[in-house]
Amino acid sequence: MSDSNNFRTCPDTGLLLHKPAVSLMQAYAVAAVVFLLIGGTMGLGVGLTRWPEVHLLGAQDFYKTLTGHGINVLIFWIIFFEMAVLAFASSTVLRCRMATPKLSWVAFFMMVIGAAMNNYAVWELNSAVMMTSYAPMPAHWSFYLGLILFAVGALINCFIFLGTLIIAKKEKTYEGSIPLVTFGALTACIIAIFTIASGALILLPTLLWQLGLIANIDAGVYRLIWWAFGHSSQQINVAAHVSIWYLVATIMFGAKPLSEKVSRFAFLLYIAVLQIASAHHLLVDPGVSAEWKIFNTSYAMYLAVMASMVHGVTVPGAMEAAQRARGYNNGLFEWLRKAPWRNPTFSSIMISLFGFGFLGGISGVMMGTEQLNLIIHNTVYVPGHFHATVVLGTTMAFMGITYWLVPILFRRELILKKLCAMQPYVFGIGMAGVALFMMGAGTLGVPRRHWDTSFTDTAFPYEFASSALSMMSLNGLSVVLAVIGGAMFCLLIVGSLLFGKKLGENEKCSEPLIVDAVTEEQYAALHKSNSNSIPGTLALAGIFFISFALYYFINWKYLAQTWGLS
Amino acid sequence: MTCITPPAKKIWWKEPIEKAELMWIGIVVVWGLILTLMMPLWHIYGDQNLSNETYRTTPERFQAKTQEMVDQYTVRTEGERQFPVVAPPVGSDVYMVARLWDWWPILELKEGQSYRIHLTSMDWNHGFSLQPVNLNIQVLPGYEHVFTVTPNKTGEYAIICNEFCGIGHHNMVGKIHVVN
Repeated sequence: MSDSNNFRTCPDTGLLLHKPAVSLMQAYAVAAVVFLLIGGTMGLGVGLTRWPEVHLLGAQDFYKTLTGHGINVLIFWIIFFEMAVLAFASSTVLRCRMATPKLSWVAFFMMVIGAAMNNYAVWELNSAVMMTSYAPMPAHWSFYLGLILFAVGALINCFIFLGTLIIAKKEKTYEGSIPLVTFGALTACIIAIFTIASGALILLPTLLWQLGLIANIDAGVYRLIWWAFGHSSQQINVAAHVSIWYLVATIMFGAKPLSEKVSRFAFLLYIAVLQIASAHHLLVDPGVSAEWKIFNTSYAMYLAVMASMVHGVTVPGAMEAAQRARGYNNGLFEWLRKAPWRNPTFSSIMISLFGFGFLGGISGVMMGTEQLNLIIHNTVYVPGHFHATVVLGTTMAFMGITYWLVPILFRRELILKKLCAMQPYVFGIGMAGVALFMMGAGTLGVPRRHWDTSFTDTAFPYEFASSALSMMSLNGLSVVLAVIGGAMFCLLIVGSLLFGKKLGENEKCSEPLIVDAVTEEQYAALHKSNSNSIPGTLALAGIFFISFALYYFINWKYLAQTWGLS
Repeated sequence: MTCITPPAKKIWWKEPIEKAELMWIGIVVVWGLILTLMMPLWHIYGDQNLSNETYRTTPERFQAKTQEMVDQYTVRTEGERQFPVVAPPVGSDVYMVARLWDWWPILELKEGQSYRIHLTSMDWNHGFSLQPVNLNIQVLPGYEHVFTVTPNKTGEYAIICNEFCGIGHHNMVGKIHVVN
């Protein structure tokens, strides 16, 4: 640490903060919240249009809004936030200066310009091609160029993250192996590099095609390579939000990982055989064989699913063991009942954990099974699934950690703490409704990305079962609730940055931000008194497993009743 | 030691794993195997498997073959735009065009009989979504996908498009009749 003036110690957490890194984390997190606000507002437009009784927007506006919604929240909000997570997991966790902060500012502006350019193409240059922009449906060239600029900015930050790890190693800011949270972020970074390379591989030729330099883009090849980008980017999110789960287990309970070996190996599985992640989006495509689909969709053996099932136990398990070691050792669930449910960071993370596992994880395996995909592909079941993974899972985790980061990074107290405590529940319940009702409507065949499922102007109209349309109305109601929760989040965070009580450099926050680590003696005493330190987590895992297996076989039964197909 | 500090033991990969964790990993591995095996097993014992048979095609070539079938087997027309309703022989090759924004022609199939459906798109991606059966297949331009269907119940079925294909996407609805 040559320039110690560039550091300050956080009075609440003891974390050593590199000031240039803090400014960058602030910028990336604020940009993220701005795009969440934009994309979330568009989400309201989508939800109200797909609510049959409301049907708010016209067709053209609906398709633009839907395209913008997907790109702004799924790509811009999440990746901007991930840039802050990468900086935190390297510079802050390793107590190390950030590599080339100026270059990261260049990347930041590239990403902002790219995001603005892409939005302009969607809204003003008529590029309502959905997030996937399947060629040969054309978008304006600036649509692709905007995405490419954004992605290159993200790529630069990935290399800065790696550079920071190297500096930390060289300057010996830590001893032994990197901490688990940094390890998780490293897997996210490696996946991000692969993802962006795949994105370049498909978006560059598509850009050249729109500029008239390439004659033709094959529709099947586009989908194959685009999904190596599109799916892997979700894998980044999972690695990032699971890292945050572990971080929260530590800051809320002083927990250590149950087993470093198990958690790290599970992270590595996310990287394993990544390059074929596109397969489960192509399960009902022509041109790829059943053998290819089966081998690749299961990553040979559902390795990513297995990894998430492991984290799904080791994260709450680490919390449970820590709580029990602290004395909350009665019954199956005292550790959980005595948890800080009014703390928005904790409640967000628990909703993220349960929503991602029960709703997102189980439905993901249904869609990722070759034959079951036949009764799900491109129905609203699909957005139902990914609102559970990406919104309940990733977005809730990012929101939760933002509440914790505001005092640390911005030296401001949160405003309206009672509303902060409510916000995760409002958003979480709304979004769980969105996920469930879309899955329900999708099971009954309602298509995704569709302006009018009552088919009023159609030559051969079709009438969906009334239960399917009621599900879409309930989805609309849930959207409204979720948008209220999302708006609360944006207002509370922006409000805290502007009006929160200012904290001096050495002044402590009114509430503790981190719990003392559980000591080895406390863990040793727990292991002496309990033969199994995580019975509550195992009980929950049992319930999860039974629901998973039941629902899986119900879907096979449902498939068996449709037309024969061979 | 926590999740934000380096592992307590330098050689952390040799630390023993707790029994409860090992048990869960065991369950997860077995479940992963079951999930994987169900797919090949359904290919052997199940009746809903999508065929691999695919050919390269062009809009001109495919349109010609479809027209030939329409000329030969049309039984009547339907709708304002006089869509042909085609009743092809049982077991024959049946052609279906997906284009902005129609499924063409209308088919009349027999219950419990099998037909070889040839499906392609003339322009962009489309989504073949048979309702209320809820069978969904991606349709790509340039790829002629051939699969066999066996309707199991009489009635009127809709083919809606469930891959976004531009401003007329929501009006792209076709029909299949299944008769005795």
